[in-house]
Amino acid sequence: MKTIYKRPEVFTDAVTTYCGGCGHGIVGKLIAELIDEMGLQDNGILVWPIGCSCLSDRYYKMDAYMALHGRAPAAATGIKRADPSKFVMVYQGDGDLASEGMAEIMHAAIRGEKFSVIFINNAIYGMTGGQVAPTTLMDQVASTAPYGRKADTCGFPVKMAELLANLPGVIYSERVTVNSPAHIAACKRALKKSFELQLGGKGMSFIEILSPCPTGWKLSPVKALDWIEEQAIQEYPLGVIKDVEKEDA
Amino acid sequence: MGEKVFMQGNQAMAESAIRAGCKLYFGYPITPSSEVPEYYAKAMRERPEEHITFIQAETEVSAFNMVAGAAATGHRAMTATSGPGFSLGQEAMSYMAAGDIPGVIVEVMRPGPGDADILAAQGDYFQAVKGGGHGDYNNLVLAPYSVQELCDLMQESFELAEKYHNPVILLSDATLAKMREAVELPGYVDEPAPADKYNALRGCGKDKEPHKVVTCGDGPVQWEQFNLKLQEKFKRIKDNEVRYETYNMDDADIILVAYGSMARVCESAMKMAREEGLKVGMIRPISLWPFPEKAFEGITGKKFLVCELSAGQMVEDVKLAVENKRDVSFFGKLGGTTPSPKVILEQIKKI
Repeated sequence: MKTIYKRPEVFTDAVTTYCGGCGHGIVGKLIAELIDEMGLQDNGILVWPIGCSCLSDRYYKMDAYMALHGRAPAAATGIKRADPSKFVMVYQGDGDLASEGMAEIMHAAIRGEKFSVIFINNAIYGMTGGQVAPTTLMDQVASTAPYGRKADTCGFPVKMAELLANLPGVIYSERVTVNSPAHIAACKRALKKSFELQLGGKGMSFIEILSPCPTGWKLSPVKALDWIEEQAIQEYPLGVIKDVEKEDA
Repeated sequence: MGEKVFMQGNQAMAESAIRAGCKLYFGYPITPSSEVPEYYAKAMRERPEEHITFIQAETEVSAFNMVAGAAATGHRAMTATSGPGFSLGQEAMSYMAAGDIPGVIVEVMRPGPGDADILAAQGDYFQAVKGGGHGDYNNLVLAPYSVQELCDLMQESFELAEKYHNPVILLSDATLAKMREAVELPGYVDEPAPADKYNALRGCGKDKEPHKVVTCGDGPVQWEQFNLKLQEKFKRIKDNEVRYETYNMDDADIILVAYGSMARVCESAMKMAREEGLKVGMIRPISLWPFPEKAFEGITGKKFLVCELSAGQMVEDVKLAVENKRDVSFFGKLGGTTPSPKVILEQIKKI
């Protein structure tokens, strides 16, 4: 019998703590597949954030650093600068990356740190219970915006993939999502591109992933996928925002 | 040992760190510590064969986390800062103590609180010695009192950080940092390969256990065990790493207690007092945590005068060390002024 698909070998036996319909699990699987396919286990260090994915070190048989809230890009700077031969992946959510750690990600990008940043944008704070995030859509309801996000106190949604693409230190920036099989396949291609750029010793690559949070959004898992299509993508368009290699070609 | 030179405290200390194998420096400029990043920035460009990396971080928050990340790979890494920057680093100090990360932090004390000023002070004693960040943890804190000792303890800081997998604070002050003295620079240190060090992140093969830095709880029972293990680490440090010097203790009626640049003044005051026939001795704590309680053991019939450039911080540890059973007086100066030996002598005479 021919094996068509198997569980990625880098996965441990641990069961994730994610809610039903959460996007973290899908992205986590894509990362695991790429670690296997690209042989990144031996030489890789994964830097995890604070948030729903903060227990991720348990899911991968990989060296791992679970950073303080928002500080993952600073810690990863220390790791990658100490040993540039390592593959270093930074994984952050929107509260972690775009709020608590805005200075850290901006300046890692300004310096052009040569690691891959995977940014999970689910437009809400998942782990702490559905509070407003910098990425929350206008009028989207959150526990700290019970009447919806209003500009007078919360300002406006931040488009990280576009923001970082403005910086010369970022060589690749793309926004993808995981709300359909086709989009999941595109997400994997984007992640692979990011990992390849790092192995080639190039600058920072940034992959923003619109990811469903049915619990935080108070929607069913299926409706959450629709919400991405109908709402989130309108605010956060998919596609390659910057590809220095293509621009140079 | 290396050559004898006439050098500024900050610069000599930076050279000593490079020779200790610390090739990674992450920092944010702040007076009176800025000659340290400047020294590294120059060395990075002028000494390419030594593979030095200097990154001027966006904030001290980031600098401390960069040190934590780099040190977690087994490479020696450090930062230097002062008061407000040290406050910003406290989150990462707590993290490094919990995560068994051997980061080395130089804190060049200046007066606080607030933005304050840039001359010498010792008001960050509590912050360094009592934790400073969240949770139950301790920093190993070393307090030099000369440029020579800055250099020697700089090298020792890395050894101790790696021995106990814990952050070490080298507690300097603006006087020591800016002072120029003759100093015998320590030689280059042969350190173990980074990947051979305790729990160093390096990538793991299929058949090996991964190395992880995780400081996140998994329920109260597990987290209590985690904390108890940490406490064992702190106990080992407390049992083994006490450092202090004593002077003229045997016949002394009055014992001065001081550390850092204040100990320099007290040493002179002690000599002046002796010339006048006053029997004065001195205890100089070098490790502030663990505090040298044993220096105070069995001393009876003598009075203590604790002198600090603060409103009175170490004096609390002195009172604990003598269990409030001895006569302990305090003299402090605030705001960045350092008293002359004559002023201390007057205080001695008042007792």
